[in-house]
Order: sequence, then structure tokens, then C-alpha cells
Amino acid sequence: MEVSILKQGPYLIVTIPAALNDTDLLELRDSLVARVGESRSRAVIIDVSALDVMDSFSSRTLRDIAHIIRLRGAGTVIVGIQPEVAFAMVQLGLTLEGITTALDLEEGLAYLDRDPFEVGKEIRSRGR
Amino acid sequence: MVQVNTRSDDPRTGHTLTEPAAGQLRDLVAHVHEKRAELREEWVRRITEARLLTVMSEAEILTEATSVYDHYVEALETGAVETLQLYVRDLSERIIPRGVETDEVVGIVLLLTDVITRSLFTKYQDDLLLLRRILDTYEPTANKIAITVAVGFVKERERAIREQQEAIRELSTPVLQVRDRLLILPISGIIDPQRARQLTEQLLRGIRTSRAKVVVIDITGVAAMDSQVANHLVQTVEASRLLGATVIVTGLSPEIAQTLVRIGVDLAKMTTVGDLQGGIEKAERFLGYRVVPFTEPPMEANTR
Repeated sequence: MEVSILKQGPYLIVTIPAALNDTDLLELRDSLVARVGESRSRAVIIDVSALDVMDSFSSRTLRDIAHIIRLRGAGTVIVGIQPEVAFAMVQLGLTLEGITTALDLEEGLAYLDRDPFEVGKEIRSRGR
Repeated sequence: MVQVNTRSDDPRTGHTLTEPAAGQLRDLVAHVHEKRAELREEWVRRITEARLLTVMSEAEILTEATSVYDHYVEALETGAVETLQLYVRDLSERIIPRGVETDEVVGIVLLLTDVITRSLFTKYQDDLLLLRRILDTYEPTANKIAITVAVGFVKERERAIREQQEAIRELSTPVLQVRDRLLILPISGIIDPQRARQLTEQLLRGIRTSRAKVVVIDITGVAAMDSQVANHLVQTVEASRLLGATVIVTGLSPEIAQTLVRIGVDLAKMTTVGDLQGGIEKAERFLGYRVVPFTEPPMEANTR
């Protein structure tokens, strides 16, 4: 399944559809990481609001994507985690540590516009 | 005029009225009708003697006793307990708040059964065979009535308790918005795992509906929590972060702080402030608010 990656100014926006299998997710990872370099994006917003469940594989892959993108010099914001999904994830120990999260796409964009270079650093700086 | 028992083959009592038994039932009902005033007074006397219903006045006992007696006779006559059930529910609703106990209610009904049985003994003491047949008819119905009353009372009490629990639960978990994008969740009392789960659900939903960026959870009113609930608190903080909200926990008691350290909570994940005031101030700074005191207006402005 092809997932479209939208370019919005200096950001890339991806909406993960509800029915996405593991292979699709890995493909998305590869194309996303490639696109970040091609379009010289500052950050990527991944919208997961369509997901009713988040298993450990998708959670780990999302974390990997964020880390890879960070190494490529951009930030990642994950937006739209449903309340039920959030609690289920935490109970499974999938806390997406070190990754910026926001309520929805709007919040994610607002966050990036305010603080474009702080993405992904907030946990560390808050812990100090 | 006496209805033949239509519910006599009730599987619970398993007793079926045959034709001669219907005749005995008629005799029985006629007897309790006839002796109504006498038996009722005897019953009330026995209730007072046994020191039951001490919270009610004598006059009240007599009034209630009269209507219980009439419902009792009706149930005896028809074998149907529906009206009695409704009456018991209504009565329980009135007397439960006054502190009437289950053993009192059961005791009263058993007393009435005893009063009637004794009067039957007196009436039929010369014909033991007839007495036995009358008792055969009376006993199952009387038992059924006693069970109905006791069960009705207990059910009503359980319902009242459930309602109160529900009310306490509802009342004790308000998620309050104090500023745009700032929520406060004051928690007090005992947190059991069920309540903790409910609090989390309400908070996460609240974050989404009010688009909160900061949440202050104040646990000043919580004296202690076990490690399971403490873990749950940490999970709530993490889940809120996944929704993009920062949680500030305030008012940790020394005991709770110790519990959190004992379960090895990662302090980097949790922002804590001493009291609610400090927590709100920190949240306001985080949201970019600056609270400045009103300066006294100049004197000239006051005189105008």
C-alpha cells in the first residue's frame, strides 16, 4: 500500500492509514527517510490518528524512523495518538521516549513553527 | 370471593394447591381477616418487647405494621408477591436512611409469622389433623413472604449503596479547566486500581476535548498509594505526554514520594512541584502567561 508523503513548506506530512501492514510500514520508513534528504525538510509530522491499536512493531518502527530522521538532521513529531491507544502503549512500555508528540496535526505544526530546532530534544532538556 | 391461587405452582416454593388445600387457605385467610386487630396489636407488642425498630415511634410502628399486615394477608390470600415486593421497596426506601438494620426487618417478619402460627394453634388445638393441614398450607406461603421481604430489603439497601458509590466516584474525579489549555485534576481520598483507571480515562479524554497542553495533577488529598497505583500514575503521565500534554504532579506526600522512589520511577519523566499553587504557576510560565498584580489606581482616579 502506497502511503503519500505530503510536502508542506519545510515539513513533510504523512498520515498512516488504519490498514497498514508491517511491510508497508517499513517501506514507508525507507521512502520517508529518503524524502527528508531530497526535499531538505526540517521536520516530519507523522499522523497516527487513524490507528486504533499500536503494537510493539509499529511503535518501535516509529521510534526508529524518528531516530533515523534525527541523524539525517531533521526532527519528527508524532501526532494524533488516541487516548485509549496512548494508555495501552504505556502499559506495554511503548512510551516513544525522546520523541515529540502532539495532540493533532494543527498542534504539531504550531509546535514546529514555534520551536523548529527543539524537536526531539524536549525530554532531555526537561529532565535536567 | 377468595381468589384461587394462580401462582401456586411457583417453582421456587414447589408447592401446588390442590382443591382441599384451597379450602384450608380460605379458612386461614378468613381467620387472619377476622382477628386482624387482635393479631396486629399482639404483633406490635412483640416488636416493642423485642426492642426492634427502636428508631421509630410507637405510632409509626403501628401504622407501618398495619399496612405490612394487610399486604401480608393479601400475599397469603393470592400467593402473589408482586404487590408486596413493591411495598417492601417503598418501605425500605423510607426506613433505610433512618438506620433500620436487616436483622430487624427479618426479625419483624418472623415475629408476624410466629404470631399467626400461635393463633392458629390456639384456634385448632382440638383438631390436630386440620391444624396440620392448615399449617401445610400456611408454612410455604409464609416462608415465601418472609424471603420476599428480606430479599427486597437487602436489594434496596444494595441499590442505595451502589448509588452512593457511583455518586462518590462521579464527584471525586473532576477534570477542571483553569485557563485555556491548562487542566487541573485534583485527586483526594483512596485510589483503588478501578478508580485510577477511571481517572486516567477521564483525564486523557479531557486533554483531547479541551486541547490541553499542561495538566496539573494535585494529589495533596491522597494520603498513600500502593505501588500498583503509583505505577498507574506514572503511566498516566506518560500517556498524557503521548497526547502532547505535559503533566505536573503536585502535593506529593512524603509517603507517596517514598513509594515512587521505591518502584524506581524515572524522575526525568515526571515534573513535580511542591504544592498546587507552585504547580499552576509553573504551568502558566510554561504556557507563556505572566500573572501580574493589579497596582493600586492613583488617588485622583479614586475620587472621580
